[in-house]
Amino acid sequence: MSANLISLLMEATWQTLYMVAISAVLGTIFGLPLGVFLATSQRGELLSRPVINKVLGLVVNAARSVPFIILVVAIIPFTRMIAGTSIGTTAAIVPLTIAAVPFIARLIENAIREVDSGLIEAARAMGATPLQIIRKVLIPEALPSITLGLTLAVVSLIGYSAMVGAVGGEGLGDLGIRYGYQRFMPDVMAIVVVILVVLVQLVQSVGEWIAAKVDKRAPKGRGQ
Amino acid sequence: MSDAKSQGASIVFQSVEKAFHKPDGGYVSAVSDASLTVDSGAITGIIGRSGAGKSTMLRMVNGLERPTSGQVLVGGQDVGAAQGAKLRDIRRDVGMIFQHFNLLASRTVAGNIALPLEIAGVPAAKIKTRVADLIDRVGLNTQSNNYPAELSGGQKQRVGIARALATEPKVLLSDEATSALDPETTQTVLTLLKDINRDLGLTILLITHEMAVVRDIASHVAVIEGGKIVESGKTYDVFTAPQHKTTRSFLSGVTGVTLPAFIKGRMLKSRPSGAAKEVMRVTFAGTHATDPMLALLTRDLGIEVNILAGAVEEIGIKPFGNLLVSLDADKASDARTYLEKHGLLTEVLGYVS
Repeated sequence: MSANLISLLMEATWQTLYMVAISAVLGTIFGLPLGVFLATSQRGELLSRPVINKVLGLVVNAARSVPFIILVVAIIPFTRMIAGTSIGTTAAIVPLTIAAVPFIARLIENAIREVDSGLIEAARAMGATPLQIIRKVLIPEALPSITLGLTLAVVSLIGYSAMVGAVGGEGLGDLGIRYGYQRFMPDVMAIVVVILVVLVQLVQSVGEWIAAKVDKRAPKGRGQ
Repeated sequence: MSDAKSQGASIVFQSVEKAFHKPDGGYVSAVSDASLTVDSGAITGIIGRSGAGKSTMLRMVNGLERPTSGQVLVGGQDVGAAQGAKLRDIRRDVGMIFQHFNLLASRTVAGNIALPLEIAGVPAAKIKTRVADLIDRVGLNTQSNNYPAELSGGQKQRVGIARALATEPKVLLSDEATSALDPETTQTVLTLLKDINRDLGLTILLITHEMAVVRDIASHVAVIEGGKIVESGKTYDVFTAPQHKTTRSFLSGVTGVTLPAFIKGRMLKSRPSGAAKEVMRVTFAGTHATDPMLALLTRDLGIEVNILAGAVEEIGIKPFGNLLVSLDADKASDARTYLEKHGLLTEVLGYVS
């Protein structure tokens, strides 16, 4: 394999990591509060705002039902507004983030809902404000499943990032398509796939390791 | 902060009614026309079966539920009318412990006890000394850095108690706090509650479905059935002279004085014709609890008595006895008159031929 190809692979790997990392961070920054709000704003709950909850739920569902490749193309004007351009790796972060936010929000929502309602009651009985309950009870208690949820989100983002080649997003997926498919270089395709497999494995393992670290519910391991 | 004597606060329920919305649009009444005064500094038990409304009663004291009508006053403050910051202030004066402990799995023992202090905005240094005091009080010194998953049920409830006491409340609410514990652990937790009540002088209101819990620590008791308080008073008085059938059925469970199966199976509600025996409950209270009354009955009236079951118990420091006996139905009314004249209580349970 030529040195040129190796540097191409390294650059593409870096681009994928860059896109995925930034969009995962941004997705969490926006998705976490959204997810917490979705989990706590139904009627009779902590922040009880049933109407806003319904509307946000619909928006999240709508965003999640648009296939990613269509989302990428559909929001090109918005991408240009945010990133100044609609082409390139940095521009690709915009659709990736837009896709990540509702996904992460739902994952966080599920994680928060799993927290025993008795804990919320105990905190209310202590005189905690809703915000204190969220910060000191719900998020810390949901942290193990939030961690696993974010791991899942990062893995999905690695998959999504392969599609942003359509708007010049580059990265591993794009390299695989351009060289492996369009230039008939199956070895490049194979290497790209292997790198992606390794990346996903790594992310999954690290995610599970962190989740186990923050999980104090069963100190001697589950199922023992 | 130290364990300085904090005065308890009284709790007053004034014709409290609580109805819940049903999904079909109707109402279901959980508590109706309940009036009860819980004395400051006393340990009071509300006993009832599941669904009787006792949990709702308790949850109205710290505003987890609001009464539909009537008032709940804690230290004179109307809890049901309090909102926002006012309600949160009242809640800091009312600690609560739970059947399933409700500890944060993500925090250590010390972290859990610190939580209400963090919520109240107490400075970190103060939290540290206060938590150390509390851990000491509940005897968990070697477990302070353990997580709840590493503790036994009794230890978890001790953490719950320490946490409930953290903000130096005037009232402690106990929601079936010992129902998930084995009998031995239950005793140690009850003893801890008794000690806390004695040392800190705070009011304890507990709900339970176990008469034994009431007998062991409560000075006052209220019996709730179908959302109504059917009987209330000093524990000793209620135990020795129960008025309501619900109270009696709770008591028959706790005193361990129940009819043997071979009698129960053939007992009749009304007296059959011919020779029959009357089965009655005789309760010895107060000064007569240890008197040999049945021997005297036989001596004075010549009535022979079969003892079917019996026990002598203590409530607080006062003993009371409970006997189930059978005797000739023809002479039973004389026997009852004689026993009641000597300050004992009798109750006819049925007949066997």
